[in-house]
Amino acid sequence: MEDIQWIVGLQGILVATIRLATPLIFSGIGLVIAEQAGVVNIGLEGIMLLGAFTGWTIGFYSGSLILGLAAVIIVGLISGLIFALFTVTIRANQIVVGVAFNMLGIGLSGFLYRTLFGREIGLLKLESFQSIEIPFLSNLPFIGKILFQQNILVYSSFVFCLLAIYVLYHTAAGLAIRSVGEHPRAADTMGINVFLVRYLCVLMSGVGAALGGAFLSIAYTNIFVENIVSGRGYITLAIVAFGRWKPVGTLIGALIFGLFYAIQLNLQSLRGIVIPYHVFQALPYFMTILALLSMRGRAIRPKALGKPYEPSA
Amino acid sequence: MQPQLSSGSSGKASHSKINKTSLSRDLRFVWERSKKFLTPLVAIALALGIGAVLMYLNGYSPLRAYSTLWWGAFGNLRNISEVLVKATPLMFTGLAMAVAFRASIWNMGAEGQFFVGAIATTWVGIHLGYLPPWILIPLEMAAGIMAGALAGMLAGYLKVRFNANEVVTTIMINYLIIIGTNYLVTGPMKEVTQDSFPQSALISANAFLPRIVPTTRLNIGFLIAIVLSIIMYLLIFKTSFGYALRATGINPEAARFARMDTKKIALLVMALSGGLAGLGGSIEIAGLAHRLFSNVSPGYGWDGIAVSLLVNNNPLGVMFSGILFGALRSGSEIMQINAGIPSVLNSAIQGIVILSVIAFGAYRFISNKKEGKE
Repeated sequence: MEDIQWIVGLQGILVATIRLATPLIFSGIGLVIAEQAGVVNIGLEGIMLLGAFTGWTIGFYSGSLILGLAAVIIVGLISGLIFALFTVTIRANQIVVGVAFNMLGIGLSGFLYRTLFGREIGLLKLESFQSIEIPFLSNLPFIGKILFQQNILVYSSFVFCLLAIYVLYHTAAGLAIRSVGEHPRAADTMGINVFLVRYLCVLMSGVGAALGGAFLSIAYTNIFVENIVSGRGYITLAIVAFGRWKPVGTLIGALIFGLFYAIQLNLQSLRGIVIPYHVFQALPYFMTILALLSMRGRAIRPKALGKPYEPSA
Repeated sequence: MQPQLSSGSSGKASHSKINKTSLSRDLRFVWERSKKFLTPLVAIALALGIGAVLMYLNGYSPLRAYSTLWWGAFGNLRNISEVLVKATPLMFTGLAMAVAFRASIWNMGAEGQFFVGAIATTWVGIHLGYLPPWILIPLEMAAGIMAGALAGMLAGYLKVRFNANEVVTTIMINYLIIIGTNYLVTGPMKEVTQDSFPQSALISANAFLPRIVPTTRLNIGFLIAIVLSIIMYLLIFKTSFGYALRATGINPEAARFARMDTKKIALLVMALSGGLAGLGGSIEIAGLAHRLFSNVSPGYGWDGIAVSLLVNNNPLGVMFSGILFGALRSGSEIMQINAGIPSVLNSAIQGIVILSVIAFGAYRFISNKKEGKE
């Protein structure tokens, strides 16, 4: 009897792990694509907030989550476009632009949310994405419930990851992206349009971050609260470094962090422990620092990462 | 890469002056001199303009909003003193950012460093409260500086030893410190007599900073901030340490080649930057709050980034941009109360300020380049 309880508990944690990893997979894979092309998007936190706000608001007003998602993708594209304008064309410092984006994200989402829903902050709910059971597979013992009874966005995040792997490592476009991140001048000489590649890759990171943020407000929960992203944008930066700038590594990193979040929530709800809940709250942030320390290699990161490209006159 | 956002006359422009008439040369000279001051002003104007559009689209009257903001900031003597009260912590966090950004070290941890400074000062102010003010006040400030410097150096150490990106580590340390503060004010440091509010006990009256004008909340912390702005300017621009710091910021490889110990500089800069932010937290407790609670900083550490970037990370400029953002913060709070406009808009305006500083700098960059080809 105790055995069964233990297994059910573990299964519950793993179901939550996948769900809590999903926003990090979206933002992480998007960031991998941008960083492979040499651009660090530190503005993920702000873009995720804008995504969470847009998805929830459009979903709430229109009653259609699909419409909400469409709006989220548009917001992601616009954010990416502006970020690329500043970092690729204007060649401004990527960190400074990212910081400005995060301030914008916090300010805009908070201002608009309070303006639109002033009094009912945190009370309004929408019908969030429901789980889809994949026939046959969802009946598998133990893992069926974990992997094949999730909502459409969870499946999409894994598809996004597979697509990134395919494009980055099995197509000419992927070769172009990676060469732009390693040696933009050489890529330029080969006839690759460095600016265009970087623009497209930054757009992908914008869309990934916006979708990741939206997942929090319309799929994981059904409410928007200010600062709902709570550092996940920054944690994504650590996960991508931990994953050695590769999609698979980033996926693993995101799953590990999903597990931390799930364990933390699980422990917080346990009664009668003497450890203050603050310790569990701090766990993901503490682990992020450890994750950064675990990778010291400098050679594996794209060589032109963070450096604007100036075409020779 | 050095964050050259504004100012700094570019060398490229000077080459093209030969063919120009003397009048246009004079005009250009005036322009070169004044754009240092124009860039921040245009950036602010642009941000307030976009803010106005945002408010208008959401059904607010921008005119009424900004007149409320202006009145809230400068309407009477009390409001003006409140602006300077709000400017004080912003000047400290702004200075913390200026020192770090000049060295191209991206300390995003001013918020956390501010909090540990506040915690240390509260602890000293409560537990050593029996000491006379002339010992206690310097002591509590030293404690705040030390705490902030240690928090900064932790991230600095992780950077030089493990090559861990300081942007991420400082932000994670912020979260840890803020969670820690919540723990302290609900647990170990919670006031014993009160059981409702999560806050610490009052610090001893001996630990209070003297006020400049007795009827207002303005205290000598503001004067300390002014003096430190000047000291930091001298340190960065007039000493050999400052030279090494800036050299590391502009080109670390070249600095290393010139036998500068860039790792040591990074550690020192993080300690200095953290110490300044910690002192800001210390002065906020000793001069104003007089006790610790979980939002003793409503984001002063983050505001410091905009404060510093607006004036191209120049400590002397921080004095002015600190007051400007203090006015924005103080005025937007009054705007929220009197006109019902959420003050969180302030954060968006700061983001736009930074982007417009960059955009305005870029406009100049492009026009200079064109002239260079003439």
